[in-house]
Amino acid sequence: MTGTTQDDYTDRYARRVRGMTTSEIRALFAVASRPEVVSLAGGSPYVAALPLDAVGEMLGKLASETGTTSLQYGIGQGTVELRERICEVMSRSGIDGASPDDVVVTVGGQQALDLIARLFLDPGDVVLAEGPTYVGALGVFQAAQAQVQHVAMDADGLIPAALSSAIAASGGRAKFLYTIPTYQNPAGVTLSDSRREEVLEICERAGLLVVEDDPYGMLSFSGDAPLPLRARRREGVFYVSTFSKTFAPGLRVGWILAPHAVREKLVMASEAMILCPSAFAQGAVTQYLTTMPWQEQIKVYREVYRERRDALLSALRDLMPAGTSWTHPEGGLFVWATLPEGLDSKAMMPRAIAARVAYVPGTGFYADGTGTANMRLNFSFSEPARLREGVRRLAGVMEQELAMRAVFGPGVAGPHRRRGPAAADAPGPDLA
Amino acid sequence: MINPMGTITAAAALSSAPASAALSSAPASAALSSAPASAALSSAPDDVEVLVLAGGLSYERDVSLRSGRRVLDALRSAGINASMRDADVLLLPYLQEQPPSAVVIALHGATGEDGSLRGVLDLCGVPYVGCDAQASRLAWDKPSAKSVLRERGIPTPDWVALPHDRFSELGAVAVLDRIADRLGLPLMVKPAQGGSGLGAAVVREASALPAAMVGCFAYDSTALVERFVPGTDVAVSIVDLGDGAQALPAVEIVPRDGVYDYAARYTAGLTTWHAPARLAPRDASRVAAVALAAHAALGLRDLSRVDLIVDPNGQPYVLGVNVSPGMTETSLLPLAVQAAGLDFGKVLATLVGRAAARAAVA
Repeated sequence: MTGTTQDDYTDRYARRVRGMTTSEIRALFAVASRPEVVSLAGGSPYVAALPLDAVGEMLGKLASETGTTSLQYGIGQGTVELRERICEVMSRSGIDGASPDDVVVTVGGQQALDLIARLFLDPGDVVLAEGPTYVGALGVFQAAQAQVQHVAMDADGLIPAALSSAIAASGGRAKFLYTIPTYQNPAGVTLSDSRREEVLEICERAGLLVVEDDPYGMLSFSGDAPLPLRARRREGVFYVSTFSKTFAPGLRVGWILAPHAVREKLVMASEAMILCPSAFAQGAVTQYLTTMPWQEQIKVYREVYRERRDALLSALRDLMPAGTSWTHPEGGLFVWATLPEGLDSKAMMPRAIAARVAYVPGTGFYADGTGTANMRLNFSFSEPARLREGVRRLAGVMEQELAMRAVFGPGVAGPHRRRGPAAADAPGPDLA
Repeated sequence: MINPMGTITAAAALSSAPASAALSSAPASAALSSAPASAALSSAPDDVEVLVLAGGLSYERDVSLRSGRRVLDALRSAGINASMRDADVLLLPYLQEQPPSAVVIALHGATGEDGSLRGVLDLCGVPYVGCDAQASRLAWDKPSAKSVLRERGIPTPDWVALPHDRFSELGAVAVLDRIADRLGLPLMVKPAQGGSGLGAAVVREASALPAAMVGCFAYDSTALVERFVPGTDVAVSIVDLGDGAQALPAVEIVPRDGVYDYAARYTAGLTTWHAPARLAPRDASRVAAVALAAHAALGLRDLSRVDLIVDPNGQPYVLGVNVSPGMTETSLLPLAVQAAGLDFGKVLATLVGRAAARAAVA
């Protein structure tokens, strides 16, 4: 007699799919979408700050006036009009002289990362990445069956000495460094100007490619962000960015600026994956950049986020239990908090959900299961008063958990649980 | 409210093992797909409007949404006019404006199972599938349910239930030592209230007990610590299609990695289910009888799922009783319905029809 697994495909999945399981934490995030819960767990830009009526009018015209092209297939590399605009956008970040020919438009920054993984990673290859790093990148590298080695950071970003050791430890198997140098997700820290040169030199010496992911560089709260790595080196650096944070993530438009030699392969790989990026979404971004005050809008986003960052930081200062520490981001969307000794952010999640507050446990940002002492807090989506309420609830949860740990002994680790992919400990992209 | 099982005592169910025994003994599917069983499936009248409640704020929200969608699809495929809503602030105004003929509660966790929502539906005069508020509250609290089962002579593993305050008052080490001494190792630690294996852990060494308690208390303020009974995990779904409660074929649970945790429950491929369970006919009868007795002892109605473990001697122990069983693609009740040769949609339609009829009588 044979039983059923309720999945007739169990024995047929590719090796890279093994270990893709659902998780308790994912189940808890499902509750976080209810309005009763203050979610500090998402990563959503505050698109309500957009001039939605004007955007609507623009999109209407895009269909009615240029529908024969904007609703048609487009070219795999992306429209030349958008690629020209993208080069203008990049020059505002300090990347001068980029050619539209070397830009490939992608479906968000996420597809750009997947393209790079397809081009460069064989199973067993090593990717060096900050620890912690973006959960979506971990998913891409895992699907490519690569191993991620994390490189430690401090308040000034990636630690150069740690990078050197990681390169040495990889024994030549490291293919590239994946880095979010500016307003990092999830840590909220920025690689300092002086370290940028140092990191580039270390990578050059080791023959290591650099994949620079820069979704947040334009969301600086005070003055300008440091120059991107790509602004300092034309070769050896792949620059990835997106309009998700400067305009709207719903359009799913991102790009790669690649060294010229690689561009053709990127385009072919992209055509194999998606045929072409959405002509309509590209038209929308092009129109937005051409006809609307997009730089003013970025200032609006910055102002909104700076106010919210301030609100979150002051709530943390006022309410968090002793022994908690956190980063002080100068831009971006996230604060990274470190819990008092003995607390486990993953084990604490159900208690937090019961108290109607949500965060992402640090384990969602590591490939190796570390991060139980940390959590990521988002400040871009909720209004200041709600952020403070969220922190108030979270502080209560931590006090309860500390009391519990005091009763059962310090440093009692949570019970052994199944460890799935990092993504199993992070919410889906729809959670605000 | 009429309890259809009210006349059958637990003792009677245990000793005589009536019709139910035949239903679960092999070949169970043949017994259940025969004419009398399917004849019990009556289609609900055309004007029935069913509201499926799913979502909620419990840890099992995601499971509930999946259950709800499955129930919705099954009802519609059986020709029933059905819609689905979350249990939120808009629910009561909605019930007032468009009272449904009956509600199917696909909410798991406190809202769906602690009886409170059922109490509110009673206040609104809206009938629902399943047991009443009082029985639901009893079944939801595992220590209370186990006390009732034990009183009625229904086997359930030895246990102690402790709120976390007691540990801080009396000292965790002292209390844990007493528990381990008394119940012996291994132990099962789980929240007194809750489902889907959330916060549950098997403890094989005394040194692992504090961690298991902390993990459990993250989900609930009271922990149930139970003697661990090794054996075969089975679940018996009970449905009453009009001829009294009947046990569907037991479903045996074999998690691939040995632990039936949340991921093993809801990731297709991580668990193998055998329906009917690979039990000797005599053991299968006993399991069905014990499950029916538990259903009756707790005063349940319409449907429930009784989780049991069958030790190597064939002795079943009741671990818990679920008044709002999971209805997802990997849930046990739909598997049992299928193993019985019944149609899930028609079973639901019959239960809905019975609930609506109860309201008409009231």
